[in-house]
Amino acid sequence: MLVQLTKRTLLLLASLVLASVLVFWFLSVLPGDPAQVALGTGATPEAVAEMQERFGTDRPLTVQYLDWVSGLPVGDFGVSYVTGATIGPLIVDRLMVSLWLVGAGMLVALVIAVPLGTLSAVHHRRPLGTVLAGVSQVGIAIPNFLAGILLIGLVAVSWRLLPAGGWVPPAQDPVEFLRRLLLPALALGIIEGAVLARYVRSTVLNVLREDFLRTARAKGLTPARALVRHGLRNAAVPVVTILGLQLAVLLVGAVVVERVFVIPGLGSLLLDGVANRDLLLVQGVVMVLVLAVLLLNYLVDVLYTALDPRLRAAA
Amino acid sequence: MSADALAAAHPKDPTVSVLEVRDLTVVTGGHTLLEDVTFSLGPGERVGLIGESGSGKSLTALAVMGLLPEGLTATGTVQLRGVETDLLRIGERERSGLRGRRLGMVFQEPMTALNPLMRVGNQVAEVLRIHGTVDDREDATQRAQRLLADVELPDPGRIARRYPHQLSGGQRQRVMLAMALANGPDVLICDEPTTALDVTVQAQMLQLIAAGVADRTSGLLFISHDLPVVATVCERLLVMYGGRIVEAGPTEELLTRPRHPYTEGLLAASDLEAVDDQGRLPTIPGAVPPDGRFPSGCVFRNRCPRGDEACTVWPGWSGSDGDGVACWYPSEGRHG
Repeated sequence: MLVQLTKRTLLLLASLVLASVLVFWFLSVLPGDPAQVALGTGATPEAVAEMQERFGTDRPLTVQYLDWVSGLPVGDFGVSYVTGATIGPLIVDRLMVSLWLVGAGMLVALVIAVPLGTLSAVHHRRPLGTVLAGVSQVGIAIPNFLAGILLIGLVAVSWRLLPAGGWVPPAQDPVEFLRRLLLPALALGIIEGAVLARYVRSTVLNVLREDFLRTARAKGLTPARALVRHGLRNAAVPVVTILGLQLAVLLVGAVVVERVFVIPGLGSLLLDGVANRDLLLVQGVVMVLVLAVLLLNYLVDVLYTALDPRLRAAA
Repeated sequence: MSADALAAAHPKDPTVSVLEVRDLTVVTGGHTLLEDVTFSLGPGERVGLIGESGSGKSLTALAVMGLLPEGLTATGTVQLRGVETDLLRIGERERSGLRGRRLGMVFQEPMTALNPLMRVGNQVAEVLRIHGTVDDREDATQRAQRLLADVELPDPGRIARRYPHQLSGGQRQRVMLAMALANGPDVLICDEPTTALDVTVQAQMLQLIAAGVADRTSGLLFISHDLPVVATVCERLLVMYGGRIVEAGPTEELLTRPRHPYTEGLLAASDLEAVDDQGRLPTIPGAVPPDGRFPSGCVFRNRCPRGDEACTVWPGWSGSDGDGVACWYPSEGRHG
């Protein structure tokens, strides 16, 4: 167990270093010198050179990389070329907003997927199962920005139940925070729930055929109790794996949903950065997104071994 | 009246059979898989159900347990001692209350029959807790360890904390047996309990089953295709083919003086000393038809050396439930 954990941790660190090199390298080969961009087309070469010296972009790439990467562990992402703001605190602020959104979206997805998938598996080849499988198919076909726009149109504009967008931090006004979180979380989670429901359905179908479930019934459990007590945890093992992968998809989906609902999250920050050619900012946000995805996969691996004793023995 | 109240009204009476199965028929989509299966089990009696794969042995067990797969329906009657209502006519909730308490079952595949994510001690304790036969968690844990000790697992305290994948096939099957016997069932059904085990482990397992049944005066229904195994455990045998019982009788007599040509074929096939004039082991000609598409009339007639026109009609049962045969041309030498 400990050996395995160490191995996984080392792998995580190695992945992070590799990712930082790639992110830095890709963005540095993009055309468009940041100093030139900052000063505009009318700048004299002397002014540009002076600006390059100030940004440090006149130094060799390896030096620039090491300078950038050495700041990352302590949260120093540098200073924006465009606004002059320190990037680190900005990312942290926006990340908290995105985490709320992704977390709530995942919760919505799970609340939809687990009962929907389980029910459609239990009612396999019966009318209810077919209807539920059809519902999740339709859900998968809807892109989440469309779901967001539909939700705004219905709930916010036609019915005037909830605000159409914007963001209020939870510490400032918890009720308003939830009111504003609900719609984007639904837009993000409903679609994800439909995708996840299909995985839940197929894993539960497999589990239903397992011998140990028949044993559980032979012990005197009703079919429903046998499924809940013995089936669902066994089904959770593959579902958690998919969940980890889908969380990455959800992070990407959040970028779009934040745009639709005017939420100041990491996604909005990234798109702003791209629009303003704020290279260092984009670099920082992408790095944080990569870190989030890698960290999630790491956690899934750890959770996986916690769920299944057979995997612990493999170490 | 609840099943519990009924059970209390009938103490363990040695003269009343613990299980009475009458005309048990299982169909799926108009196709008959099991027809008119009739037998009974006395208290402490060990009955073997033998036949080739696909003859309906496991289906009989699952129908008695009420664990038939979806799409299969059973008719006839299954009467458990002390339960007034026919088991085929009571609700799922009541049936669940009988399974694991009055009816215990050991399945063929020890490798997959246990929950891989649960410690085996907890799996044994669960069968006690489901039926409320223990006071609390602590009591269940201790009883589970005693049950594991009963099936002669060494160091039961340590075994109880193990997961199934950490145990051998023989150890897992002992855990299954401990679970099946935990609540002192009236009927224990073992479906090929030793088929997946090493020969060296088989004998110990058979002893444990016989001892477990004797301690609790439970009736045993032992399913196997392995005649030597059945002969060591069972006092009485039922021979099954094509979803029907074709012959029944005391083990000794049935094995020495079989009447049904199918029983004769089974015996000849399991005699590894005998060879025909070309030096080959004797076999029953033909094979069990796929998907249970047995011929009408006598189900064995297309593989039977004595089959003729008369056999297009089912011969009917001659003799008693416990000792009889269904054949137009039974071998001589025994009544029935």
